[in-house]
Amino acid sequence: MTAADLAPILSLRQIRKVYGPLEVLHGIDLDVRAGEVVALLGENGAGKSTLSRIISGADQPSSGQMTWLGAAYAPATPRAAMDAGVGMIHQELQLLPQLSIAENVFVGRYLTSGGRIDRRAMEERAYTGLQRLGLDVSPSRLVEGLSTAKQQLIEIAKALTLNARLLILDEPTAALGGEETQLLFRQIERLKADGVGIIYISHRLEEIRQIADRIVVMRDGDKVQEFDHGDVPVRSIVEAMVGRSLDRMFPAVPTPADDVMLEVRGLSAPSGSFRDISFAVKRGEVFGIAGLVGAGRTELVRAITGADPISAGDVVLDGKVLALRSPRDAIRNGVVLVPEDRKLQGLVVDHSIAENIGYANFDTVSRSGWLTSKRLSRFADASIRKFGVKGRGEQNAGELSGGNQQKVVLAKWLARNPKVVVLDEPTRGIDVGARSSIYDTIMDLARQGIAVIVVSSDLEEVLGVSNRIMVMAQGKQAGILDGADANDVSVMELATL
Amino acid sequence: MSASAADQGRGTGANLLTALRGTTGPLIGLILLCLFLTFATDKFMSARNLLNVLDQITVLGIMAVGMTMVILIGGIDLAVGSVLALAMMVMGYLANQLGLPLPLSILLALGVAAASGAVSGLLITALGVPAFIATLAMMSVARGLANMITDGQQIVGFPSWFSLLSYNRYGGFLTVTVAVMLVVFVLGWLYLRYTSGGRSLYAIGGNQEVARLAGINVNLYTIGVYVVSGLLAGLAGVVLAMRLDSVQPTAGVSYELDTIAAVVIGGTSLSGGKGGILGTIIGVLIIGVLRNGLNLLGVSPFTQAVIIGVVIALAVAAEAIKRN
Repeated sequence: MTAADLAPILSLRQIRKVYGPLEVLHGIDLDVRAGEVVALLGENGAGKSTLSRIISGADQPSSGQMTWLGAAYAPATPRAAMDAGVGMIHQELQLLPQLSIAENVFVGRYLTSGGRIDRRAMEERAYTGLQRLGLDVSPSRLVEGLSTAKQQLIEIAKALTLNARLLILDEPTAALGGEETQLLFRQIERLKADGVGIIYISHRLEEIRQIADRIVVMRDGDKVQEFDHGDVPVRSIVEAMVGRSLDRMFPAVPTPADDVMLEVRGLSAPSGSFRDISFAVKRGEVFGIAGLVGAGRTELVRAITGADPISAGDVVLDGKVLALRSPRDAIRNGVVLVPEDRKLQGLVVDHSIAENIGYANFDTVSRSGWLTSKRLSRFADASIRKFGVKGRGEQNAGELSGGNQQKVVLAKWLARNPKVVVLDEPTRGIDVGARSSIYDTIMDLARQGIAVIVVSSDLEEVLGVSNRIMVMAQGKQAGILDGADANDVSVMELATL
Repeated sequence: MSASAADQGRGTGANLLTALRGTTGPLIGLILLCLFLTFATDKFMSARNLLNVLDQITVLGIMAVGMTMVILIGGIDLAVGSVLALAMMVMGYLANQLGLPLPLSILLALGVAAASGAVSGLLITALGVPAFIATLAMMSVARGLANMITDGQQIVGFPSWFSLLSYNRYGGFLTVTVAVMLVVFVLGWLYLRYTSGGRSLYAIGGNQEVARLAGINVNLYTIGVYVVSGLLAGLAGVVLAMRLDSVQPTAGVSYELDTIAAVVIGGTSLSGGKGGILGTIIGVLIIGVLRNGLNLLGVSPFTQAVIIGVVIALAVAAEAIKRN
């Protein structure tokens, strides 16, 4: 008997999800049977997380039906889903380190007898769950100090103890080493034998082939392909994931000069989030950095711009090794960062546009430390006009659209005439019209001889704006591709190494 | 809604009006309070009483300028009351027991006060201790040191010129202590409105990470702000010594709370990034006028405490409602 012969335990029909004006899921059908592993794949933003949030009760569908064990299923909260037998194991572990394993399993639903917490009953039941996974730890032990892999398994044991019959595992191996991954896979085999259904989300395509019984590929909120076996060539999966590109317009990328502006030699982070990175960016070059979420791209560019510490290696600008202890050091040398999160890192949202532009330019706006509002607004108005920000200097930055906010952040830096501009996810959350004007700005910078580094999770964007593309995977550089030769498949192949 | 300065500087004619934007709520409150007291008492609206009010707010006013800067960067300084007492005792000890010249003793006392602020600032920036805890610790240490100097005894017997500085009205109205407060007000106002350093404090309070990524030296400014707060608490201690003609280690207990209240009533946001000296001056005046008026009305000190608590809650609630 194979799993495929059984009736599904979970069925989704025409699930749609709308956020404001945006439909992020366009009618998804999905079946999961007892004892099978369904791999759910797709690029960042394809809709996997939204779908798993809906199944696990963290979010509700805008329309469509779900059936669970033959009955209609519409969990209003994660707890309702858990009580029905659907458990989600998040990528970021959600255990409380100061509590024991048993307490973590039953947190929020402590077993009691006569009004008192019944520790013994909780520990006994937690122990049964741990046994099912072959885990040899005491349920009275504190979670603090357990390895990530163990904690992952305890999350699973928690779901099992609460009688889960379907588990959603979101990137369960993201923090695991090779051996730990194999341990997890052995436990997953046990669960399959027990008749537990599993939805497995991962970016690591090689391991999908090892563990999955079926593969479902999503793209832009649609289910685009389904493979009824797990042993599919990585290339076919990647092609399904990236699909045919929509026609987006990118301006022509100018040709860089021959001399190197910025060189990075053997750069590593103390946290290990990136290791031994080396590359050189020429004057007037747009250098793209691609990779999956968590590959270490943001950490790398923050280190280059002095925002985060470096444990080894050098950043060399115009042949001079930079001593980077803070963003100030980078800024003084003309290396600036347009950070990933505009609202938390780029702008003080409840201060005015003029002040926000001023914050990076006080040294030029003030005269020996003295600064008048008039001089500040004159300076800001000039920048606002130059970079086409749609807003007045005295307006609060938070009132602007995402695209205009990004232009304010750009204006703040470009007023300094930098030598190297690093943009981390420059168009995230920005509508199409504003995007093209940001692309135009990037090309303008390159034409002026500025070295531009663009980090983006949007493959098409990286491919469209870069002279060369470095692909990162799990903190290491997987390769540098020439823009002319690179395509979505070759980048994704390196990113999923 | 923004009290931020860029939207205040256009045009020159309406400068005063625009400068007061963002503090209109507290200002209206102050005017209403004065009107009420003018009619409710016959003594309030007299030159003599108003000068008294100014004399009574000098200590609070000087400390509130430092506290405004601390709160603007999103911090808090609970140590100011104790540092005030420490500075007093250092001054009294050096002058009256070691026989140093009084002006030199004052300078050294201010140095000690500034140093205590530097310690708080270093605890916060270098060791990452939350401002609340760092200054709470400093509050205890400074109070303890103030008591240790004379084993809890007060010191009296300063030269007569010293206490006259708070008593003689030059030009018929201005005592030296009030003049010192006014100078501190003006310097604080100029710094916050017209220097890049002052504006950087708004950036730090608005969003520390944005400020850091913009190249602002957040740690240096943070230490500097606590040094200024300590220094001004010391200066307030010297002024209080002039007014009392004595120094005692129990002086200034709970002054930190009055100071925070004045700053917050004046519209400076406890979460940082918004507010200014003009608002703080109004906040200090509200507390001063309220105390003075309640005394004139014969309200007991216990009832006064209740009323002041209610005013703090109402002022901040009104600000929060306006914002939403």
